[in-house]
Amino acid sequence: MPRVEMTQHLYRFFPQLKNQLITVPAGSVTEILLAINEIAPGFTDYVLDEHGALRRHVNISINDNMVIDKIKLSDRVPDDGTVYIFQALSGG
Amino acid sequence: MSNIILLGTRKGTVIFDRINSSWHPRPIAHAGVPVCYAARDPRDGTLWVSLDHGHWGPKLSRSRDGGKTWVDISSLKYPEGARYIVKYLPTPDFNPESPSAQAKYADATVLKIWNIAFGNADQPNRLYAGTIPGGLFVSDDGGDSWELNRPLWNHDSRGGDLFAGDATSVNLWNGTPASIDYGIFEPGIHSIIVDPRDPAHMYVAVSTAGVIETTDGGQSWHSRNQGMLNDYMPNPESDWCHDPHFVTSCPRKPDHLWQQNHFGVFYSDDGAKSWKKVSRPDVGVNFGFPIVADANDGRTAWVVPARADAERMAIDGGLFVARTTDGGQTWQTFRDGLPQDNAYDIALRHGFDLSGDCLCFGSTTGNVHLSEDRGETWQCLGNNFPPIYSVRFG
Repeated sequence: MPRVEMTQHLYRFFPQLKNQLITVPAGSVTEILLAINEIAPGFTDYVLDEHGALRRHVNISINDNMVIDKIKLSDRVPDDGTVYIFQALSGG
Repeated sequence: MSNIILLGTRKGTVIFDRINSSWHPRPIAHAGVPVCYAARDPRDGTLWVSLDHGHWGPKLSRSRDGGKTWVDISSLKYPEGARYIVKYLPTPDFNPESPSAQAKYADATVLKIWNIAFGNADQPNRLYAGTIPGGLFVSDDGGDSWELNRPLWNHDSRGGDLFAGDATSVNLWNGTPASIDYGIFEPGIHSIIVDPRDPAHMYVAVSTAGVIETTDGGQSWHSRNQGMLNDYMPNPESDWCHDPHFVTSCPRKPDHLWQQNHFGVFYSDDGAKSWKKVSRPDVGVNFGFPIVADANDGRTAWVVPARADAERMAIDGGLFVARTTDGGQTWQTFRDGLPQDNAYDIALRHGFDLSGDCLCFGSTTGNVHLSEDRGETWQCLGNNFPPIYSVRFG
């Protein structure tokens, strides 16, 4: 099953995810995020807007590759893949 | 008089407690998170904060134990189909005749929760929130769930009902510079006034559109900008496109409204049916952001003037507060206790408040000043706070 790694900033809002090995069923990035939302209710509100698109200052990659579809997050995550969720550096 | 002051700052929420006649700040809450507004619900004591997360989207945060613990709320969202007509930044290279000037629509996303207001005592669970881009949200369950006020969103002055299809009228609302940080140039609702006599009677103020009134609980809305002047428009007396920086009313004389506008201070004594410019540039009263109305006397108000508009800082390096007690005919200026050398402060639109005879304002330079004699003399509560966006007595 894919693993999920994320910036520690998100642990501030979802401490139940801290120090956890997060594995979820393979699927699209949206499905991965919804699976995390099951573990940590409200999680998707922090990375997606009300239309389900990736927030402007959030990045998600599958292994080393940034997701291509930032609107519907339809990119597929392979069974042995790792999803990384982190802040988009915006300068400063 | 209130015993707490809430500051919304660039780096979190600061709460002052009044203990033995002096004010003491608590350790910062929401550390590191920009807080654009913080206020206490006078009905039940709940503290409300608008978080402006740079990465994770805007959230409300609520404390029901006086600030000991906070719970973030993510339920304020535009419904599916909420769209707006995209406004373009008025940059020098923008060509209004180009194809890009044709109406273009965008799905609305809450980018900033700019203001929070509370219903009257007979509506104990009613709250309001104003957003960028230009939405008024209403909650009837104490903030657990929120609904967009559609009559205002679908107003003819914004192109009509875009849920139903293309625009049926011209969009007369303009963007606010406060929206540029979010990559858009759209309007925002920063002032919400509920008539204490009648909860169905409200005003909102929009940058940049003006003052808008409802008398039927938000089912219909009407511009209330007669007498307003916008010096940047071909017709300064246009019904729309005004830039109120903040609008407030006298709680016990709600037909007396005060407005610090980009283009001066305006006063209405007839429930915003008409406005009168009451600026006195010769004493420095003209530009600024916040304005405070007295709780009892509709003719009394205070401002924290600044130099317009490319500078946006204290006039000639000296900070002062001005007060009128005659509906803006005359203004007294007060400097005692305020820095008069090398002061570059500006108080933003929510950065000034009153409780009884006590006034407090905070600046983007992180200074907090308090007066206990109706603005005549001032003491400093601290110089090293983060940039301050809002000041509210609790």
